[in-house]
Amino acid sequence: MSAAVEETSMGIDNRKLGMWVFLGSEFMFFGAFITAYLLYLNTTAGGPTGEIFDIVYTSISSFVLLMSSLTMVLAHNAHVHGDMRRMRLWILATALQGLVFVGGQAYEFTKFVNEGLVPTGSPFASAFFVLTGFHGIHVTVGIILLLGLWSYTHTGKVKSDQPLKTEIIGLYWHFVDIIWVIIFVVVYLIPWG
Amino acid sequence: MATTTAPPQTRSRSLLSRPTALDGLKGYLATTDHKKIGIMYFWSVLVFFFFGGVASWVIRAQLAAAENTLVNEEVYNQAFTLHGLTMVFLVVMPLGAAFFNYLIPLQIGARDVAFPRLNAFSFWTFLFGGLFLYSSLFFQAVPNGGWFGYAPLSTQIPGDNMAFYAVGLQIVGIASLSAAVNFITTILNMRAPGMEFMRMPVFVWMSLVTNFLLLFALPIIAVALFMLNGDVVFGTQFFQPATGGDPILWQHLFWLFGHPEVYIMILPAMGIVSEVMPTFSRKPLFGYTAMVFAGVAIGFIGFGVWAHHMFTSAVGPIGRVAFGLTTMFIAVPTGIKIFNWVFTMWGGKVRFTTAMLFSVGFVSMFTIGGLSGVTHAIVPHDAQQTDTYWIVAHFHYVLFGGALFGLVSGIYYYFPKVTGKLLNETLGKWHFWTWLIGFNLTFGPMHMSGLLGQPRRTAVLPGELGPDVLLYNQLSTAGVAVLTVSALIFLFNFITSLRSGEASGDDPWDARTLEWMTPSPTPYVNFYEIPTVTARDEFWERKYAETEDGVVRPVPMGASQDHGEPVPVGDTATVEGTGNASAVPDDIAVTEDVALAKVTSDDHGGNPDAADDDHHIHMPDPSYWPLIMCAGFIPLGYGLTFAAPTLIVLGALWLMIGMFGWILEPLAEGDDDYDPDAVHA
Repeated sequence: MSAAVEETSMGIDNRKLGMWVFLGSEFMFFGAFITAYLLYLNTTAGGPTGEIFDIVYTSISSFVLLMSSLTMVLAHNAHVHGDMRRMRLWILATALQGLVFVGGQAYEFTKFVNEGLVPTGSPFASAFFVLTGFHGIHVTVGIILLLGLWSYTHTGKVKSDQPLKTEIIGLYWHFVDIIWVIIFVVVYLIPWG
Repeated sequence: MATTTAPPQTRSRSLLSRPTALDGLKGYLATTDHKKIGIMYFWSVLVFFFFGGVASWVIRAQLAAAENTLVNEEVYNQAFTLHGLTMVFLVVMPLGAAFFNYLIPLQIGARDVAFPRLNAFSFWTFLFGGLFLYSSLFFQAVPNGGWFGYAPLSTQIPGDNMAFYAVGLQIVGIASLSAAVNFITTILNMRAPGMEFMRMPVFVWMSLVTNFLLLFALPIIAVALFMLNGDVVFGTQFFQPATGGDPILWQHLFWLFGHPEVYIMILPAMGIVSEVMPTFSRKPLFGYTAMVFAGVAIGFIGFGVWAHHMFTSAVGPIGRVAFGLTTMFIAVPTGIKIFNWVFTMWGGKVRFTTAMLFSVGFVSMFTIGGLSGVTHAIVPHDAQQTDTYWIVAHFHYVLFGGALFGLVSGIYYYFPKVTGKLLNETLGKWHFWTWLIGFNLTFGPMHMSGLLGQPRRTAVLPGELGPDVLLYNQLSTAGVAVLTVSALIFLFNFITSLRSGEASGDDPWDARTLEWMTPSPTPYVNFYEIPTVTARDEFWERKYAETEDGVVRPVPMGASQDHGEPVPVGDTATVEGTGNASAVPDDIAVTEDVALAKVTSDDHGGNPDAADDDHHIHMPDPSYWPLIMCAGFIPLGYGLTFAAPTLIVLGALWLMIGMFGWILEPLAEGDDDYDPDAVHA
């Protein structure tokens, strides 16, 4: 809406402003889940505690997710310069890193369940699975959006002079990453017991 | 309704081509027009209000006698839960949304909201959420744990009742959240030229605050409902005391949403009253700036008072003191508003139309509710009154005497805007007085029975409370009968006026704000030309000018259509001297035919020259995808209620397909990717 942007009262595209507003709401969503998790940090009902977490393993998958923010920026940058070949490449790289993260989470969940940490076991386990699970759902939605964006560059729905579309999906993706930074600190790094 | 049909399609139709009908049933199913969506919200509210009223009759019939056995405890619990859920989530909130939809674009001088299809999505999601909640009737699983759903009671009630509660409210919440994103973006970004923040009508300000409250409060209840859903259906342990789950967590999350929710319900009504009062007092709103900042302050402080719902729970003495203080603080901006309304009327030429009567009723009744409310800031007093009918009296004075009176005032005030006809004033006054008497008869005695110790949320009125309490309850039941008669008067008035009401003209109330500058009923394009705003009461300033000796006179040259008493020639020079005569709008001089000829509402392949025309009017295209996408919430909802993974997957896929259908719909004119050449190629 390049022409229309000047017509909006705030000088910012409606869709971009809408995404910012929505992300404000998302912070409250994860804030409430994190609060519940902190409340139940030690409420393990005799089941597994936070000892079960493998910090090194999750650090690596977290690193992959954080790097995906870099490729997202590169994708947007390429789009701004109209370099659609490179933009597609970085978008795929971003989605792939997201997939690695979600795959890592699926493996981690399976491992924990096998070791006795199940969502129905204790308030601690419920809070852990629901908090990180909802984050995983957000990443999955992000991957679907990225793959949609990638395919639309081929159909002409997303053109080389429309970097705004990449930027808006990028806003969402960076938000998901930032939230993971907080979740990672809260869940894996602060001490329990 | 302005009726417009699209020019013939020049392109072949396919699954994804956009619908063109603007009239009839199809026009409603596919509509993205904020006015039609507002009207649909209104009719849905009317239906849900009927069911909420039926539920209240069950309650009042049961309590009309001590130790009554008319209904058993289970039916009573379902009735009072359904009554609360319906009135809060399916009546007052969506009635506010109806006004947001209809009025926000008109009051800021826009042709639609920022995201018209998302707007339709919000409505259909709300409707399906409400129907989903009511479908629990067919499963004999009507929610029965109160609208507050306190854990662990709610997690331990056998059956699917509270699963319907958790999932139903979740769906309705998604509707409100998407609407909040939409309205905030609209108000921030779609204002007409010159419509600065401090020129916005107070209703728009209050809508902005309300939608920010929704934006930040709804995710919290969403989290609480997900947890409850998990506990009830999937065996998680959030609120299970057996494994150490903390019921107080539910209370914190619920009321951290629930108290802002109170302001979500009352602020739209405050906005409407702030529009009605200046019009019928023929004065500008007293203390506009104070009014706006008081509303914003209520929004902020509203997030810091939630624990006054929990003074008898384990929140500790410091928490009690802190939340007692914030509860007193929030009375300050509320008091500012009440004084400003009174001073708006003070010295004005007050006309007591039905709309004005309801607004005055709002101020008086809301003051009573506010006074009984601020008593809860005193912790020992609150501890005495918790779970008695004193509380029931208080919040009905705020939400019925407050929110509903204000919203009904808005119905009388804006009926001419929507329909071009007037509601009958005689019947309207009958409606008002019976409504006022019935309301006070129903809820006034509850103060007394509450102070005498009648517990709320109990199916049987204990006989040991004595004849006084019984009498108060019988008065309440009689009051509901009066209210029922009053509601029937309103319904009769509404339907007969809709069919054969007196024509209202464009500006029946001699109003002040932009929405009255367009013809009534509002044409499809809202404004034939987008107005340029130069003053707070823009329409009033265009109609009237103040002479040097302070006399208000109509501006000459046709700005005022209904009050065009010719001004003596000698005065014209004085009036022009104020500079207002130059503000005579050409906007309304454009005829409907001329303006509509420029609309290519939903034709992407229309006149190629039109895209180059600066005056070309872009209107949002109709679309079926919001409706199709929302239907995915039905399988998803039942899947989450009955723990059926197949339905959950089906619903999620449905939503995803709906989303992609939405994205892949043919390019709409006005999108940045609209390319007339490509379409014609």
